[in-house]
Amino acid sequence: MKTETTLGIAAALSCAMGIASAAHADDMKMEKCYGVAMAGQNDCAAGPGTTCAGTATMDYQGNAWKLVPAGTCETIETPHGMGSLMPKEM
Amino acid sequence: MLSHRDFARSFRDAINGGAAPENATARQPGETERRFDVYRNNVAHGLSRALARHYPVIERLLGDECFKGVARLFIDRHPPQTPLLIAWGEEFAAFLAEIETFQSLIYLPDVARIEWARSRAYHSSDAQPVPPQKLQAIAQEAGEDLQLFLHPSVQVLQMLTPAGSIWVSQQPGGPPAPTAAQWAPETVLIARKGLDDVITQAVPAPIGRFISALAYGRTVAEAQASTGEGFELNAAFLLLVKNALIIGADKKGGDTT
Amino acid sequence: MTLPRKPGLGFKPEHFPAIAETKPNLGFFEIHAENYMGAGGMPHAMLQRLREDYAVSIHGVGLSIGGPDPLDRDHLARLKTLCDRYEPESFSEHLAWASHGGVWMHDLLPLPYTQETLAIVCDHIDELQDHLGRRMLLENPATYVLFDNSDIPETEFLTEISRRTGCGLLLDVNNVFVSCVNHRQDPRAYLDAFPLAKINEIHLAGHEEEELPSGPLLIDSHGREVAEPVWALYGEIVSKIGPLPSLIEWDNDVPAFAVLMAEAERARSILEGQSHALAS
Repeated sequence: MKTETTLGIAAALSCAMGIASAAHADDMKMEKCYGVAMAGQNDCAAGPGTTCAGTATMDYQGNAWKLVPAGTCETIETPHGMGSLMPKEM
Repeated sequence: MLSHRDFARSFRDAINGGAAPENATARQPGETERRFDVYRNNVAHGLSRALARHYPVIERLLGDECFKGVARLFIDRHPPQTPLLIAWGEEFAAFLAEIETFQSLIYLPDVARIEWARSRAYHSSDAQPVPPQKLQAIAQEAGEDLQLFLHPSVQVLQMLTPAGSIWVSQQPGGPPAPTAAQWAPETVLIARKGLDDVITQAVPAPIGRFISALAYGRTVAEAQASTGEGFELNAAFLLLVKNALIIGADKKGGDTT
Repeated sequence: MTLPRKPGLGFKPEHFPAIAETKPNLGFFEIHAENYMGAGGMPHAMLQRLREDYAVSIHGVGLSIGGPDPLDRDHLARLKTLCDRYEPESFSEHLAWASHGGVWMHDLLPLPYTQETLAIVCDHIDELQDHLGRRMLLENPATYVLFDNSDIPETEFLTEISRRTGCGLLLDVNNVFVSCVNHRQDPRAYLDAFPLAKINEIHLAGHEEEELPSGPLLIDSHGREVAEPVWALYGEIVSKIGPLPSLIEWDNDVPAFAVLMAEAERARSILEGQSHALAS
């Protein structure tokens, strides 16, 4: 059993390397990956917006905020009643 | 006479909604508060955008207005302590979990955990994968004492919700979100392949346990023993090798490569 | 090691492919220090690559030089690491503050100009220059309010800081215009009082305009083309003191690279027009 495991590890690793090398010959090239991919996916590419600019957008409007979700979460189903099974902090 | 320290304190209080500092003025003094709003707004807007950079999918799920509101509450509770905004916002997942009106969105904190892990992976240090021949030689030599060192960006999140599939569904051109009938816990691997490809991939739970055990310094054999039913070593290795995540190998107790 | 007296651009990662491919004719790129304080990955890979082809200016936005609190030692160390790694031709920061009591406010906040704040700012700049082992440039701010206990004019305040600490100055022409319009002052009078000989770099950026009962309120938004009156002031400064490293800043609603290059070309025509004028 022990020998089998040992052989198994080295063999499995070689096998994985064989498959992987056949599958990706070109994706270590840096240039290929540069650039901002789809919005929302690589947004962090620019680093959070540390700039020295001000803004004319008025986000500051006192403290009256109603937290009513109105994005794509409306389209996502969850099983009824499952909420109570979930721990509060994960 | 207002000392600079007192001035800074009153300025900070004014940013947080108090009246402008007593020495603040304008050519038309009646306009001072309105002008001071520029600072209040710059801080609120700047930090809200910085948080959105970490959590673009949460912003999309909640919608812009709702996200702004949550960001305001979060900024009040957990303001940044340093200028390093790439390291600010880790508490957001736990914060979302406490918000009453989001209790039905049970996947929301998990999606936030994925996004935080992606930001960490994006900025984590660089490391080259071990060349295949070398890895093979060490594996032969180490036998069951083989230990693998993983890329510093590797993180495994074990979640009770299908947050990985939900995250993927929010990407441009992504597949639909899981239906209630498809709802299941998910284990998600987040890591950076090369310089900028942050992978976010649901993996079978035993593979997740295996990778976590390796990351804790267990040997391959020990990690394998801890995975439970249904573990496939070949699939686990393929995942790690394909994404260039094995950056060192060693016989446990020997010299690190 | 100084920046070339040519146009430069604020570096935005989304422009990297265009820059790597076309190697545009620019004197330098400027980056915000705090965006390059992660451990690795693309930000550093891009900056490394940029560094190979261009002079680089590192521009800090987080040190809170004008605040009452001691400088953040950890942040000083991070700036030092960054400067040691990339050996930029220039390091600059702002006459502003952002931290107090362990909270960082993510904006360039204004300060009253008094003997007390002058001493604080000079101590902080001395400490920073000692720590980095290099001379820094200090940038004039865009401001929206005044302080009734300010008893030193901004130009005099900057002159004195430069005299005491030996630091250079970064003249942001848009900030001059924004502040002067906001406080109903004449930007030409401001520039006449400015210590022009201490200027080592110029910033140019766009602003937004809002309306108050007493007149316009300009906001330094870095989100559009440089305004005509700012180009005019820039031309006057260059004609007085000759060409200087001149940066186009565009940080919000960042447009295609070609739009930034068009702004840089406009700066170049002013700079080169002036060098021809001086040469002839």
